[in-house]
Amino acid sequence: MKFAYYPGCSADGSGIEYGMSMERTAKILGFELEELEDWNCCGATSGHNTDQLLSLALPARNLAIAEKTGMSMMTPCAACYSRHRHAEHVIQHDPEMKKKIELVLEKELQGTSETVSILDILANKIGTEAIAAKVTNPLTTMKAACYYGCLLVRPVGLTGFDDAEDPQTMDKVMKALGADAIEWSHKTECCGAAMVTSRPDVGNPMLYRVLKDAKESGAECIVTACPLCMLNLDMRQAGIEKKFKEKFDLPIYYVTELLAVACGDDPKTAGINKHFVEAGQYLQTVKVRAAEAKAAAEKAAAEAAAKAKEKAAAAQAKAAGKSTDKAKPEAAATEPDLKKIEAFKTALTKNPDKMAAKLVDDPARAEILATTLDEKRIAKLAQLMASDMEKAKKAANAFVTAELKKQGDCQD
Amino acid sequence: MDLAIKLSPATEDQKTLLAKVEKEAGTSVNLCYQCGKCTAGCPAAFAMDYPPRQVIRLLQLGMIEQALQAESIWICASCETCSARCPRGVDIASLMDTMRRQALKQGKADKRVAAFNKAFLSNVKNFGKTYEAGLLLRYNLTTGQLFKDMELGLPMMIRGKVGVLPERIKAREEMKKIFERAEKLGGDE
Repeated sequence: MKFAYYPGCSADGSGIEYGMSMERTAKILGFELEELEDWNCCGATSGHNTDQLLSLALPARNLAIAEKTGMSMMTPCAACYSRHRHAEHVIQHDPEMKKKIELVLEKELQGTSETVSILDILANKIGTEAIAAKVTNPLTTMKAACYYGCLLVRPVGLTGFDDAEDPQTMDKVMKALGADAIEWSHKTECCGAAMVTSRPDVGNPMLYRVLKDAKESGAECIVTACPLCMLNLDMRQAGIEKKFKEKFDLPIYYVTELLAVACGDDPKTAGINKHFVEAGQYLQTVKVRAAEAKAAAEKAAAEAAAKAKEKAAAAQAKAAGKSTDKAKPEAAATEPDLKKIEAFKTALTKNPDKMAAKLVDDPARAEILATTLDEKRIAKLAQLMASDMEKAKKAANAFVTAELKKQGDCQD
Repeated sequence: MDLAIKLSPATEDQKTLLAKVEKEAGTSVNLCYQCGKCTAGCPAAFAMDYPPRQVIRLLQLGMIEQALQAESIWICASCETCSARCPRGVDIASLMDTMRRQALKQGKADKRVAAFNKAFLSNVKNFGKTYEAGLLLRYNLTTGQLFKDMELGLPMMIRGKVGVLPERIKAREEMKKIFERAEKLGGDE
């Protein structure tokens, strides 16, 4: 699997650890990332707040380059993803605007590019089974709030790889890594985005609510796939704690960082030492707890095995002691069988439709069986059902075949 | 905000402007039946003068000037929750976006947001990429908030999250031309 790679402007700056762990993720899972030749900034929010045509032309220049590679283009940043998906949508569905974009770029566009997100690749293209197979240090006992934010799941018509209200792709990946993905209500609420910088009076309360809900829902950390969400949740967490006089102490991770660590990377290689909220200690705690959980599970399994062995030995001893009286255990076994037969008889008499459906797969044939059950057949079927369900099914089918034959004869 | 308003039929100018905004946004305000689901889900509604539903109502009534002057359009964080949830399929987020651009053209933009956007795009025009450190510095200078977020600058540098120099792409000339042509063609309408 190979993708054109659009790292986005943050991958060398504020989101440097996202870029680092992305490369590690690709290497671990065995997919190739080929950086897009001389790519440019997508214009982000500033672009679409200022000029519509410019906001489409900037990502379209990258799409023109990506088209030529013939590969899908992966971008880790949620905002870059959204802007490129948006431009793709316009190029494919709005011929008038496409023409204008081409004039601005002085390039022709085929409209064949496909921008994909890392969550889509991990959960849908690689799959959680393949990921789980690479895990060497499972994140057992980690309590993670999977935070999707806005642009990975909205607008629905542009994204579409996951549910807009209760997305699951990241939850599935985290579970594959061994972690608990907690249920919480703010997984797609906005973190405040650029508002936290340009209008803190608006952005700060938004950021505060996301942190607060994660904490109250039992999360011990938040996992994200967006560099701006990371910047806000991580770098500005201390400021929010001070402003709202509430302690969160929630380490924030990129999903790619945790994947790398769970697959054996040193946290430093994944870039976890570059966070603002201390994030290495929690990984250590998880490691200790995971080891304890593993030891406890092994101990419980050993105890259960010993108990079972003891029980088997006792049963053997008992059987040996009573070996002279062979008839007794047999008689004991037939008693519940009689009860079973009676129960099946009652069921066949009271609910012939339901029981017939259990015995015969074809609904039309099952109906024939249900309408032709008499006392004799019920007695026969109940006895067979109590001893061997497969035989009962065969007998039931034979009844239907006989019935059909009888009806056919009459018609003749 | 005026609590009582005198309604009169929309003028031709108002109708023309509204039609232009609707076309650019790719949606119609007349689809809205004022249920308020957009406002209920809006994470920034608490700070708005006119929450999303009321902005749409202003547009329905032809009061587009009031809508363009509303602080709300600059408080909208473009999170797209309203559009995702609207039972009538009104693309409210796209309308907000279009109105921001319209307000900018009319010189009615929120100064801080406009300054940030200008600084950001100037980076892209000159380097082809965003230079985060330069961007914040320039933003602080133009808005007169010299020491805003200063406490975060050094820790960012220590963590290797600030480039010393802006990264530049090769096609810088091409970028400048894209900006120029977009401005020219965008202004044709």
